[in-house]
Amino acid sequence: MPFFEAVRLAFSSIRAQKLKSFFSLVGVLIGVTFLIAVVSIVQGMNVYMTEKFAGALIGINTFQVRSRPNIQTGPSSDEQWRQWQRNPRITTEDAAYLEANMKTPARFARAGFDQITLEWGGLEAKQIQLTTTDASYFQIKHYDIAEGRPFTQQEVRIGASVVVLGYELGEKLFKGRDPIGQTISVGGLPHRVIGVVAKQGTLFGISLDKFVITPLTSPARRLVNRPHVIDDFHIQAEDPAQMRAAMAEVTALMRVRRGLKPSQPDDFYLESAEAALSEWDKIAKVLFLALPGLVAISLVVGGIVIMNIMLMAVAERTREIGVRKALGAKRRDIMAQFIVESATLSVTGAVLGIGAGILLAFAIRALSPLPAAVAPWSVGLGVGLGIFVGMVAGVYPARQASRLDPITALRQE
Amino acid sequence: MNSEIIRLEGITREYQMGSERVQALRGVDLTIARNEYVAIMGPSGSGKSTMMNMLGCLDTPSGGAYWLNGHEVSRMADDDLARVRNREIGFVFQTFNLLPRASALANVELPLVYAGVSGKERKRRAETALERVGLGSRMHHKPNELSGGQRQRVAIARALVNEPSILLADEPTGNLDSVTSEEIMRVFGQLHAQGQTVLLVTHEPDIAAHARRVVVLRDGRVDSDRMNPPPATSAAA
Repeated sequence: MPFFEAVRLAFSSIRAQKLKSFFSLVGVLIGVTFLIAVVSIVQGMNVYMTEKFAGALIGINTFQVRSRPNIQTGPSSDEQWRQWQRNPRITTEDAAYLEANMKTPARFARAGFDQITLEWGGLEAKQIQLTTTDASYFQIKHYDIAEGRPFTQQEVRIGASVVVLGYELGEKLFKGRDPIGQTISVGGLPHRVIGVVAKQGTLFGISLDKFVITPLTSPARRLVNRPHVIDDFHIQAEDPAQMRAAMAEVTALMRVRRGLKPSQPDDFYLESAEAALSEWDKIAKVLFLALPGLVAISLVVGGIVIMNIMLMAVAERTREIGVRKALGAKRRDIMAQFIVESATLSVTGAVLGIGAGILLAFAIRALSPLPAAVAPWSVGLGVGLGIFVGMVAGVYPARQASRLDPITALRQE
Repeated sequence: MNSEIIRLEGITREYQMGSERVQALRGVDLTIARNEYVAIMGPSGSGKSTMMNMLGCLDTPSGGAYWLNGHEVSRMADDDLARVRNREIGFVFQTFNLLPRASALANVELPLVYAGVSGKERKRRAETALERVGLGSRMHHKPNELSGGQRQRVAIARALVNEPSILLADEPTGNLDSVTSEEIMRVFGQLHAQGQTVLLVTHEPDIAAHARRVVVLRDGRVDSDRMNPPPATSAAA
């Protein structure tokens, strides 16, 4: 029997019993929905974590020399945490030493952080992140300047009282007026606004535009750290390979400088996007490991249901099989008819599952910051699994049908 | 040219029913020529049904030989029998046995599907067959939208569509009222007049009376084999 004839026949059987057909393919539908949705969520999460999270918080190809971690994603023991607390602070001297002795080409920026209150024209903005840093910080963070200009290294050297605002502050504090040239109070100390950084958006719903940046040496430095002490030292390499080389080099240099014996652990911490992402990677791995299991279970259940439906179909249509055989259908014709019908049923489930998965992915994209995108390979896999499950589930019922004796089959009421 | 279309030689058929061995056919010899119109009769238990299955190549004999249109079908395997049924035999059943979800046209196309005929050609031939039984205007109706007589006409069209050597009808009027029965028997008469070999399996003497030759089975053997007088209403053409 021609293939299309068999498919057409299969659809007419499905149409004839819509509700039963729908229930019979729910298993496959759920399995494929799972597949499409989880893959798109995990991949969206991946994109989000690597590009946005790592890029925004740490910077691309960048790591920070710190006394202890800033972004802590994984679990850590109290013991470990106490160890970090005892680590000596990073100083401008450490930074100068590293900059002078590192051979890997890199860009450097010293930085200190604190939360402060901004004030201008009677308006206050509380809990604003103040960063005191070098001029290269803007390049490391890939900050585009929306208005005005960033400060220069010359201004860092002389300790100029200038400030660059995050986008949201420029909007909220000045309410449409031009902030450039205005003097604002940074924790009570007057600084002149020279620039506004372009909008950065949000991360997990938290604004990335509520910050001010001043030179490391500006008057505001007193609000942040004791003299010579910095919170982190940003080092940006040219590419990931260079970054790994630079991290090894920094570890070696810092251990020499701190006079650590080989048996002693590092008394400093290198924070990189990779380290911050390693926890996410573990979660993603678990999801990807669990996914085949989840999909397999629903597909096996779906397959069993389809097999049963097909066995019922064979039983109900015994007479039809007898008629077909009397009219000249060979065993393989009957076999093909039922396998194609089973596969059509299953693929219909898979296609509905793909639709549901795509809808789910779009819903997640619309309702969350995750750029959940449907992976074409998962759609292909979904269809393939649908065909496979249907054919496997159809083999046994189809065999039963093809082996029916036409006389007995015709006699059935 | 050999005008012999069916030749049965010492056909036996035994069944194992539990511990009992049942002899349904005990050595049947029968020859049927092309364009004969034969009724096979017999009381229940005479082996009539087994004979019908045997002639229709749905069953193979335990002993003896069966030639159909020059092929020895008694020793054929399943798939070869399927091909013979498809090409050489047109079945008409008591209960019509149409596929309920398919239109009349699709039902008639079915044997052509298994013969591997292309879609267009299939449609053309099925339409011709339906017109031949006077159902040209009801091709797209489903069986449940047709009367009993119309259903049996569809079944006859389906049986004829592959131009089989024999038309094998098993109690074709068993589910029809007497008026419709006469109508269907007229169709068989016309087909016979056009050169078709027709075999009728029935237990009703009225129906058997339409045939030219009546073979009566009893206890698995041919009890009598006689010619009917030509019916007065025959086309005689």
